[in-house]
Amino acid sequence: MAEHVTSRKVYFLVFAALLALTLATVLVAEVDLGVFNDVAALTIAVTKALLVLLFFMHVRHSTRMTALTAVAGFFWLALLIGLTMADYASRGQILPYVAGK
Amino acid sequence: MNTTAAAPPVTTTAETAFRRPNYLNAAYGVRSWLLTRDHKRIAILYLISVTTFFAIGSLFALLIRLELLTPEGDLFQPDTYNRLFTMHGVVMVFFFLIPAIPAVLGNFLVPLMIGAKDLAFPKLNLASWYVYNLGGIFTLWAIIHGGVDTGWTFYTPFSTHYSNTYVIATALGIFINGFSTIFTGLNFIVTIHRMRAPGLTWFRLPLFIWATYATSVIIVLGTPVIAITLLLVAVEKTFHLGIFDPALGGDPVLFQHMFWFYSHPAVYIMILPAMGVESELIAAFARKRIVGYKVVAFASIAIAVLGFLVWGHHMFVAGESIYAATIFSVLSMLVAIPSAVKVFNWTATLYQGSISFQTPMLYALGFIGLFTLGGLTGVMVATLGFDVHVHDTYFVVAHFHYIMVGGTIMGYLGGLHYWWPKISGKLYPAFLSKLAALLVFVGFNLTFFPQFILGYLGMPRRYWSYPPEFQVLNVLSTAGASILGVGYLLPLCYFIWSMRYGKDSGDNPWGAVGLEWDTTSPPPTENFYTTPVVTHGPYEYNREEVHNRMSQEVTLG
Ligand SMILES: [Cu+2]
Repeated sequence: MAEHVTSRKVYFLVFAALLALTLATVLVAEVDLGVFNDVAALTIAVTKALLVLLFFMHVRHSTRMTALTAVAGFFWLALLIGLTMADYASRGQILPYVAGK
Repeated sequence: MNTTAAAPPVTTTAETAFRRPNYLNAAYGVRSWLLTRDHKRIAILYLISVTTFFAIGSLFALLIRLELLTPEGDLFQPDTYNRLFTMHGVVMVFFFLIPAIPAVLGNFLVPLMIGAKDLAFPKLNLASWYVYNLGGIFTLWAIIHGGVDTGWTFYTPFSTHYSNTYVIATALGIFINGFSTIFTGLNFIVTIHRMRAPGLTWFRLPLFIWATYATSVIIVLGTPVIAITLLLVAVEKTFHLGIFDPALGGDPVLFQHMFWFYSHPAVYIMILPAMGVESELIAAFARKRIVGYKVVAFASIAIAVLGFLVWGHHMFVAGESIYAATIFSVLSMLVAIPSAVKVFNWTATLYQGSISFQTPMLYALGFIGLFTLGGLTGVMVATLGFDVHVHDTYFVVAHFHYIMVGGTIMGYLGGLHYWWPKISGKLYPAFLSKLAALLVFVGFNLTFFPQFILGYLGMPRRYWSYPPEFQVLNVLSTAGASILGVGYLLPLCYFIWSMRYGKDSGDNPWGAVGLEWDTTSPPPTENFYTTPVVTHGPYEYNREEVHNRMSQEVTLG
């Protein structure tokens, strides 16, 4: 299996992108976007994580097995967050007759 | 191609067996053990560590049962009692039940069963043992300085706000220990993927390997979550960040979500390897192929995946939304399906098998009974209405001990007795070991069955005193625990005895099939004299050559 060699230029480009995104995080934090505060911060964070994963951790040019392993990790994180949020989203909502109405 | 030593005939008489080079006599001295990279020696190191922690955990259990002998809290202060059950839980769960089968039997057997020379990362394997002991030292330090009183579950806000005990040291101990588990799981996954002998396809793997693989997947995906959760507890306690504290914008139930996201699957980290051992034992002592091999293999994977979707069943009365609770209740019952499939397949394998009641088989049969009872009461507590009644009572305590002790320890002891001739090349006394198996089974039931009744009658867990009407059942439970204690001490004594005085076992005293039995006992450092080539599935007791070999075996007991 031939190893893919990522050129130094790509690494520096990705690094520059990460720095730019970090700067963006700081700048966005200065502006109040209302409900979009979290959306903006998380979008930037996810983009950075993907860049690290694909280029620095070489998932982009690895076998499908590696990609599957990475996807499994995120899938399990989604399970943790998803089912926990299922609780929070419906917490305190009870049927009317239980509440005694 | 991979010949590493001159090949002697594989089956030799017992007298010559021990003079051959093997992993035990390959090198001597403390250095040769502490710096070894041989998976078999690391398994022995783990055996010693794990047994030490089991003894410490058992000591706490003994003190708990002594206090509960009488209704009054007369032996310890209530605070001391809180520390006793906490440290019993912490030591037993994190330092015995989770590593026991994977780190001891798994480390020893995975390379042997797949025809490999070692695990994929031998140094990482040795590192995992050191990391395990480092985590253990942190926890022992906390114990010696007075211990923790939060329960092994570390529930917030008690752990973060009110407990003045060594929460942070213990949490760090478990955090560190988590890495050793991850190292082991990772090593197994890579080894099973990449190092199988020629011809050993996935569906020719022994079911112990399937179970170990499923366990490793849970370990790698789940353990980081508990590590981070406990780290957050330490962070909140030290820096007063609002993660679980409502006054600072946190949520105490969030801790329970994150804790049980790992700690429910942790039950499967304990029980799945025991199920793998069970399949090996049933096949070997019924002399039959496991009925529905593929179904049993996939049931392990199904349990590993479904096990991650049920954690909310620990929070039915903790303020969880009733809609989420309903979903978690249904999902919890779904896990019973693959578990029941396994039980049915083992019993179906016994049907018309030629069964012999050797010591490991006694543990295997005990496992089926105890695991079934633990599993069925699990379906009961997964039911929303019933759980409200028995939540935080001894019913739950009895239920999870039936799974963890009745399941995991029965599997662990059964496996140790089955592979002891492989590990040591020696035989242990047949009668004494059967007696020990019987004591464990009887003692266990006497300890924990009364607790089902106690819980149903309403005795809450984690109290150091109780109303006088509960005394009879508590006395029974304490009596059972003493019998159980004797049942655990016996194997410790005769295993150690057998290493020096036991008769040589020969290579394959059970006449069992499987790659681990195709090499000498104890195996050479490189495991095999020539790389095995696999041409058939596991458990083929009806093949002619196997049949001929079996008729020549010396029978035990
Ligand atoms: Cu659970």
